[in-house]
Amino acid sequence: MLTVRFFSLIREALDCEELQVEHQETLCTVGDLKQSLVDNGGDHWREALYQPNVVHALNQRVVNTDHELKDGDEVAFFPPMTGG
Amino acid sequence: MSVLVQETPFSVDQQQSLFLASSSGAGLVTFTGYLRDFSAEGGIEALELEHYPGMTERVLEELGVAAVSRFDLRGWRIVHRYGRIGQQDPIVWVGVFADHRHEAFAGCQFIMDTLKTKAPFWKKEFMCDGRVLWVQSKSEDAEREQAWQEGVYE
Repeated sequence: MLTVRFFSLIREALDCEELQVEHQETLCTVGDLKQSLVDNGGDHWREALYQPNVVHALNQRVVNTDHELKDGDEVAFFPPMTGG
Repeated sequence: MSVLVQETPFSVDQQQSLFLASSSGAGLVTFTGYLRDFSAEGGIEALELEHYPGMTERVLEELGVAAVSRFDLRGWRIVHRYGRIGQQDPIVWVGVFADHRHEAFAGCQFIMDTLKTKAPFWKKEFMCDGRVLWVQSKSEDAEREQAWQEGVYE
């Protein structure tokens, strides 16, 4: 199982804070997971997850979309950070 | 050498006292960031800060450790709020101790400039006219963080 989390305006756009997704063999990378979410969710999800500058985190570290997934991973999608 | 991320308001004086009790050095530099009451969009009534629990603390911890290594700091402390922030409330407090002023100033600035773009916080502004706006990341913040990576300020 994969835990998928959304933050800030992406969370609001999707009206979804967290999902549990079965880790299938076809979900090799963070990018595969993202595309799968869009395929299942439709245009609304495409608009939210493919907007420019979306940040991807794997197990709470920022990664590129080609980073490989394993069962039990936590993946997060969020906009650029604005702390301080 | 510590991180505190909390929802409740904090006292700057108390944070500095705690830091002084746990660290020492010849030069102390601190920075306090408060809620600004205006933006290009108009007057701001309040701010809500969302964060990524767990990742936030780890990123800030790694940032402090990196600052020690890079600027030979003798101590550091980072305090950051999340949740609803009212007018006059401090959002962030950073303190660093070093043996020399240059390292202390640079270490504090490095932490603040990097924190703004690397720590998973997101600001939502509640405007005086009733609008609610997510704060967009600024290109100059990313440029400042990149400049530290490239050693421009040293």
